[in-house]
Amino acid sequence: MAQKRIDLTTDNEKLLALAPQLLELLRGVHQVELENFTMEIGDLELFIPAFGSLPAPALSSAGIATFAPPKPTELYRESYKPLEISYPGKIREVTLGATRAEGGSRSKTITIGGATTPAYFDGLHLPPHLPVIALDVFDMNVSLPKVLRENVSEVMNDPAEWAKMNVKKFGADVITIHLMSTDPLFKDATPASAVKTVEDILQAVDVPVIVGGCGDPRKDAEVFTAVAEMAEGERLLLNSVTLDMAESKTLERVATAAKDHGHVLLAFTGLELNNAKELNRRLYKFIPPEQIVMDLTTVALGYGLEYSFTIHERARYAALMGDSELAHPVISAATNAWAAREAWMKMPSIYGSRELRGPVWETINALTLLLAGMDLFLMMHPAAVLTLKDIIHRLEKPGSARADRIQDWVSVRL
Amino acid sequence: MSGTGSMPEQKRKKSIREISPIDVYKSLPKTNCRECGEANCMAFATRLVNGELVLNDCPPILTDGNSKSYDTLSTLLAPPVRAVEIGTGEYRMTIGGKYVLQRHEFTYHNPTPIALDVHDLMPEEELLERVRHIEEFSYNYIGRKLVLNAIAVRSCSNDPKTFRSAVRKIAGISHYPLILCALDPEVMEAGLLEAGDRRPLIYAATESTWKEMAELSLTYNAPLVVFAPGDLGLLRSLVKTLREYGVTDLVLDPGTFAEEGLSDTITSFTAIRAGACRNFDDLFGYPLLGVPLTVWTGEEISDDVLKWREAITASMLLSRYADLLIMHSMDGWVLLPQLIWRFNIYTDPRKPVSVESGVKTFGRPNPESPVLITTNYALTFFTVESDIKAANLDCYLVVVDTGGLSVESAVAGRYFTADSIAHALKTYNVPALVSHTTLIIPGLAARLSGEAEEATGWQILVGPKDSSGIPQFLRERWPPEPA
Repeated sequence: MAQKRIDLTTDNEKLLALAPQLLELLRGVHQVELENFTMEIGDLELFIPAFGSLPAPALSSAGIATFAPPKPTELYRESYKPLEISYPGKIREVTLGATRAEGGSRSKTITIGGATTPAYFDGLHLPPHLPVIALDVFDMNVSLPKVLRENVSEVMNDPAEWAKMNVKKFGADVITIHLMSTDPLFKDATPASAVKTVEDILQAVDVPVIVGGCGDPRKDAEVFTAVAEMAEGERLLLNSVTLDMAESKTLERVATAAKDHGHVLLAFTGLELNNAKELNRRLYKFIPPEQIVMDLTTVALGYGLEYSFTIHERARYAALMGDSELAHPVISAATNAWAAREAWMKMPSIYGSRELRGPVWETINALTLLLAGMDLFLMMHPAAVLTLKDIIHRLEKPGSARADRIQDWVSVRL
Repeated sequence: MSGTGSMPEQKRKKSIREISPIDVYKSLPKTNCRECGEANCMAFATRLVNGELVLNDCPPILTDGNSKSYDTLSTLLAPPVRAVEIGTGEYRMTIGGKYVLQRHEFTYHNPTPIALDVHDLMPEEELLERVRHIEEFSYNYIGRKLVLNAIAVRSCSNDPKTFRSAVRKIAGISHYPLILCALDPEVMEAGLLEAGDRRPLIYAATESTWKEMAELSLTYNAPLVVFAPGDLGLLRSLVKTLREYGVTDLVLDPGTFAEEGLSDTITSFTAIRAGACRNFDDLFGYPLLGVPLTVWTGEEISDDVLKWREAITASMLLSRYADLLIMHSMDGWVLLPQLIWRFNIYTDPRKPVSVESGVKTFGRPNPESPVLITTNYALTFFTVESDIKAANLDCYLVVVDTGGLSVESAVAGRYFTADSIAHALKTYNVPALVSHTTLIIPGLAARLSGEAEEATGWQILVGPKDSSGIPQFLRERWPPEPA
């Protein structure tokens, strides 16, 4: 510990380094603020005793306070001013969908991103664009948990009707059509049939559309290229491009098609920021950064949601601190929540019915990542969608707390 | 601390991330006595700054001659959010003690205890039933027992005698830590007469009662909540005043607004924690109390809607810095996600996501026992492991290195493929373990079955999508019919 003399005027750093010890010694002496120090060196030494702790008489003689101050009889009035924090970086804005005037056929476009602070960190910097919700549609019969299936069972064999229902009944801002049937290991449907399905969806609804592939890097490249060409100018979000595509030498083809025909790419990586950055760097060669959205992977609550949460907090913070390779809007497949057995399984009655457990699982999965800075959610259960919309709007209204509403919670009769 | 934008920083204290082992080593005895179990003082210092050990693990530094070093190190290593203890003996719990704002900066300490409420106008039977339920509710999650932690006793009567009687009943039947909730100091004192020796958390000091509550806190050596709903200036004023009064163990409640005002709640919790961890603002350096129970003060709507609201409010507050929660709903679907999310967010993000690949043996397998395969994602492995163990199965489990990805992600990302399965069987010499050639793959990897048969030459059985189905699957399908 520093017992030697310190030149306060030239070595402010050292004084600051001593600060914790000073504060400790000054516990209970409220008047002292470091910036108000105008001491001589001799005074400082009194604060930093060489042997044991004997600060009390020293403090008294310095005329600051005693160590047994009288108990306060009145409330000290402290003020609070929110910290204005600004960051050097900014998340890019990416627009999905295009109107007729812009070369597409959507009734309106949706812009995501643009954040300049971590999500909901203060009431001063609201994000320029509200997070939006895309609802899933599958192009073939998939096994869905009962709780999800019953809401859409009438339309499950007709993707266009399913898309309409998602928009009209459940309030989808965006539709995702998952082209599962193109998977070579399932139906191996042709790119032409995939193109037809996407055309049907574009006809059926006028919101922006996300096109999901099957995960095979070669097949997806064929399908995305064909779809991109057909839907010229629609600013579809192609879900997704991966490092596997780079390895299979199909990345350039998809990225170029997206650029040439005016679409947006979703860059998918598995919970690894270095991979996310590498994939983006590869994409920058073919397409402007304003046409790239990231999916860093959403894992279900109970199966690793904390990894998703933390990687999104890290990515967003790094981007705001200036890492432009991470400064892209992010999406979350909150539907993945249903992979958790706690979401769909019948459990002993003490854990409640799955009709409630499932949707609350999807909701909490999404809300948790909303707080980590998500810009777009892929969702399924109507209750989860409604809740998320409600919360997103509530979070946009600072200054609406009314103390009287909760003041007496202690005595509420339940 | 690594950058915080252009936030005006008051560099009063080093963040845990800036403290180097050398900083600590300088004040250690430097005798390399190994009484702590480490090879030398430098090794001890390293584990100390990593949060793996605490200062008291060094026996020599607790001796009189080293008290100055002890004080120096205590100050250096003190978390910017004070750790506050509630309860006594083995039922004592610690809240707060946080070092960082965001989990990835270090790791979070002291998982948020969840308290459920009872009140003093409840019929005795209901009261006892709720306490029993609070103590018994649990969930077995990857081999861990997740439980509720404390009881909040509220005074609805606002009558000292009634409150005292309720506290006496609760204290008589439960050892759980108590939170006594009464805004009238006289009522609070009546409760403390029954549970004052249990170091309960006192709820709460307000603008009008801070002095009386401070006296009670000092008299009973019990921690004290500061309640200033929607007013951070008042909260700071109360903290400062109470500290001057001599109360050291404070807990902050800036108000939990679940509907109107949710934005203020989230930003208040965040501002308080950011002030403490990023700006070392010591008036904010105390644990935060979230009260999702406040959803029940709103207008009368259906119970399920209020429970739903309570569930989502609690989960958001777990993510946004609450160090203690008071809830009302006893429903499993409300509590289960909280218990799991709390467990998850308090795991150490510095620990690897994956487990070692290889062959794991369960029970006493023989050459006819089943061989299952999965990925090396930690949670996948622990889930499968816990299901196999719970059913007392004798089997082999091949764990494939998928770079720590779950089955679904690893199949999608082409880390779990026919080739990687064949490679694993060969590398770990699985054919030598059993006399058969049948492999059970996860249901989520069903699409690999054809290719995997070709690549391995083994017969592939597609197992259940969720490992909870393994016991039933084996009952029905094992041993397999000859191909």
